[in-house]
Order: sequence, then structure tokens, then C-alpha cells
Amino acid sequence: MAAFAIETRGLRKDFGNKLAVRDLTLNVPQGEVVGFLGPNGAGKTTSMKMLLGLVRPTAGQGVLLGAPLGDVAARRRIGFLPEHFRFHEWLSGRELLRLHGGLLGLRGAALAREAEDLLARVRLSEAAGRRVREYSKGMQQRLGLAQALLSSPDLVFLDEPTSGLDPLGRVLVRGIIEDLRTRGTTVFLNSHLLSEVERTCDRVLFIRAGRVIRDMPLDESDRGIETEMRLDRVTPELLQGLTRFAREVRADGTAVRLRVDSEERLPEMTLWLAAQTVGLYHLAARPLSLEAVFVELMGAEAADGSSHSPAPAGPESETWP
Amino acid sequence: MTSVWLLARLTLVEALRRRIATAALCVGAAFLLVFGIGLHFIHRDIQAHAQVHGPTAAIQAAALVVVVMAGLYAATFLAMMAAVVFALDTLAGEIGSGVIETLCTKPVRRSSILLGKWLGCVGLVSGFTLLLLGGVLLIGRAIGGVTPPHVLQPLALILLEGVLLMTVALACGTRMSPLASGMVVFGLYGLAFVGGWVEQIGTMAGNASARLVGIVASLVMPSDALWRLASYLLQPPLVRDAGITPFTVASVPSNAMVLWAVGYVAVTLGLAARLLATRDL
Repeated sequence: MAAFAIETRGLRKDFGNKLAVRDLTLNVPQGEVVGFLGPNGAGKTTSMKMLLGLVRPTAGQGVLLGAPLGDVAARRRIGFLPEHFRFHEWLSGRELLRLHGGLLGLRGAALAREAEDLLARVRLSEAAGRRVREYSKGMQQRLGLAQALLSSPDLVFLDEPTSGLDPLGRVLVRGIIEDLRTRGTTVFLNSHLLSEVERTCDRVLFIRAGRVIRDMPLDESDRGIETEMRLDRVTPELLQGLTRFAREVRADGTAVRLRVDSEERLPEMTLWLAAQTVGLYHLAARPLSLEAVFVELMGAEAADGSSHSPAPAGPESETWP
Repeated sequence: MTSVWLLARLTLVEALRRRIATAALCVGAAFLLVFGIGLHFIHRDIQAHAQVHGPTAAIQAAALVVVVMAGLYAATFLAMMAAVVFALDTLAGEIGSGVIETLCTKPVRRSSILLGKWLGCVGLVSGFTLLLLGGVLLIGRAIGGVTPPHVLQPLALILLEGVLLMTVALACGTRMSPLASGMVVFGLYGLAFVGGWVEQIGTMAGNASARLVGIVASLVMPSDALWRLASYLLQPPLVRDAGITPFTVASVPSNAMVLWAVGYVAVTLGLAARLLATRDL
């Protein structure tokens, strides 16, 4: 078994004179749930389509589950929920799953059983006989998810799987992703809902201007710690001294905000403050939010309201724009 | 291969569920009803006229053959329109809406998806064409007593014409929108129609250049040549050789043109598979 479910090197896609993806180079380990993040126009959908063989790369190469991109046989082990999912809406939910199961090679009783199990899993058993066109957006999305899980794939691509779902639907999707993780299925998740990504993913890949700019495990210790302190006095020399422990040191009156790379730096910093005879009245530290990382990496483009910036920051994440 | 049949069946189910087949059946039934009523009155008038003026039975029969040929011509036109419409949305529509993405990420070659849809459309075209033309022939026989000298061969030629137009529509749909595909196919159909008339007139007038233009048009789109050969075979020798009806065939297409049309379908289907396989979705 290959160590990586997805391996790509220098995948590039040009649509005529327009560059959609500049350099998609990534390794996604087997069994991980990976978030794929970037602003609109960053090349996420085109990247995903290249991986799925829907779009032919202009250059570069890639391997999915040990097979080259576009390999027909390997698709039996791959599930896909497109962002703008459109199905044969004149079929019933049950017929649709049986059609897609049939295309995956499932037959007879096994196909019927798997379709019913998945309909139950996405809570559509009662609506299974109704035409898809009669489904709400959330029901269609859940049906699309069931379709992506047919034949127990080893790798699942989910493009905005919770965009049309209510909170209950999101909990359901989160549960399904957890199940997939437990089974060792690799999940490649494209979502604008950073809180969902933060809850469900093992790592995230940030893409900007058609290039993967950061591969970040969602291990909190790797993300940096946002720290806020209130001191009895703040001088330029003190702020300069704090830079040996932290980055982005800013002062607002006697309040100091800064970012340390790891929790271990905090005791060192407080000892140093004590040695400087500076009074420390308040200290709050929390891991840097994914949203803060996103905004920082994407810069002004992502912060601009014209692009799909993440949901408005809450009080905690406003600290470090 | 199972996937091909699954998708062929899906295309047939689509025609039923989206009421395309129902609409076609209703239009076909209305057409046959109008034709039957019309033929009944024409037949009655011819008989009444014969009692007064006493023309020969052969002239009566010839007049009824012309009416039945007019019915077959209209039925063929309707069947060709339906053949194109069946194919226009089934692929181009799914590409445009994105439905095809979930199909193309299954372990199925795009050529199999195309072949499945093509087979489904062949089923629809065959059913509708046979219903219309078979209906006209049965009505012609029951009311007017008209029995063409050949039936199977002309029907096969008209079926081939429908499959030809449907295949071109499907091929256009691999890269164009349904509307653009429709424009191209109907444009080619019109070109073949005009080319056929130019060839007929060129042949009757002894104008080799005009005849050549018509033949070239038939090579570009052999639909009209197939109809002309079918029309030639459907008419009794007395009528077709008289050279006085709108269905007179002055320049009878050869069997080579039929082979050309079969090859045209095969090459177009292969080209469509290639175009679909190499496009981005």
C-alpha cells in the first residue's frame, strides 16, 4: 500500500491564456482528513478536478492510491461529492444510488443493501422513493454524500459538503467524516467553513494563486499561541526585549499582544518580565485560530470583502488580524 | 459493458420521466390522426371522381401513392427533428449542468458514457421513427389500399438517417451547448436538403456542375440522399418513373452513399468519443 493517498508534483493548469493552477505539489498521507483552503479563485476546484481526472493537467504528474491521475480502475476506490452537485433529478433517491452503485460495479442484493444502508446513514430512508427534484438542498447534499460513500472508497473528495446544511446536517456530516477517519479512509475536504475544517481535519493545505503555500498539521502546538498581557508599564525597550520570545509584538497602552511559537516560551517570558521588575496583572494565551492563520497567509486579498473571506471573526480571533 | 447498458437504460428512463417520450407519442398520434382523416377524405373524393369521369384504376392508385408519400415525407421530417432533439440535451445538457461529473468520476470510460447514451438514443429514434412511418404505411394500406413495393429497406434507410442526425447532434454536444449543437445539425440538414434539390435539378437539366454540387452536399451530410433512396424504393415503378410528382427521384443515390452514411456514423461516433475524452469538465 502506498504511503500517500495523493501525491502530486508540479501540477499545472492553463485555460488558454489564463493560469488556473500554477504548481500543485502535495502529499496527503493515507487515512488523514485533509482540509484544502484558499480564497475564491485560488484554484481549489480546478486542483480537485485535476486530481479526479475531470480536468487534464497542462503539466506535472500525480498519483492517487498508487495509480496515475485519471486511472479508470482506481476510481472504484474513490468517492466524490462535487460542490455544485447536480444529479438526474428525475430519478428517486434510491434509484440514483443504485445507478451510481451499478457504475461502481455493485450488483443485485449487495447493491440494494448498500444503497439502503447509506440512505439510512444520511437520514433519507423515508424520502428514498421520492424524486430528487422534490428534495430540499440539504437533502440533495446528503444524498450526494451517500453517493460519494458508495462501495466504501479509500479516498473521498468532498467539495463544500456542508454548504447547504443546517446545524443538524453539519453534525451528521461531521459524524460521517469521523467514521471515515476511523475506517482509515482518506478525506480531502474543500470547505470555506473554517470552524468545520478545524474540527474535522488532521491537517490543512493552503493554496493561493494556484500554488500550495503551506501544509500545516492541525496540531495546536504547531500553530503558534496568541498571547495577551496587561503590564504595569510598557516601554520601547521592554517591547524590544519581548521580541526574543515572540513575534508581532504590539502594545496598546499597558496591554501587549504578541504571538509565541509554543507554550514553552510563556514561562520563560514571564520569568524575564519578573527579572525586569515589570508587574504582570493579566496573561491570556490560546492557540492561533485557523481563521487567523488563513487571513495571515492569504493577506489583503482574503481580508478583502470582495473575495470569499472566512466568516466574520469573533472576539477571540480579532486580536491578531 | 454493463455500464454501457446502464447508461443506455438511463437515457430511455430519462425520456420517459422528463416526458420527452410522452410528448413525442402525443405529437406522433396527432400526426397520424390528421393523416388518416385527410387520406380518408382524399380517397373518398378520388373514388367519387372516378365514378363520374372514369379514369383508370392506375391513375387513382398513383394519386393515392403520392398522398402516402407526402405522409411519409412529413413523418420522416418529424422523426428527424425528434432524433436531433432526443440527442441535444442528453449529453450537452449534462455537461452544462455538471451532472456528468459524478458519472465521469466513476470507474467508467467517457467513451462508454457516450456509447451508452448513443444506444439509448438509437432506441428512442428507432421507436419513434418506426411508430410514425409504420403508422403512415398501415393507414395508407388500410384506407387507400397503398402497398409500397419495398418496406424494410426504405425503413432501414430512414432509420439510418435518424441515427446519422442524432449521432452528429451527440457529437456536437461534446463541445457545444444544446442550442449551438441544434443550430449546427439543423444547418447541415438544410444543406443536405438544398443539395439534394440542386442534384435533382442538375440531373434533370443535364447540368453536371449542379449535380456535382449536390453530390458534395450529400457527402457533407448524407441525410437527404438516404431519404431519396428510400423514397425511390417506396414508390411503385409506374409512379416513380413518370417523373411528375414531388417525390420523383431523378438522381438515385447509390449503395456507395449508404456505405458512406454508415461510415459517417461510425467516424462521427469515434470523433465524439475522442472529443469527450479530451475535454475538461
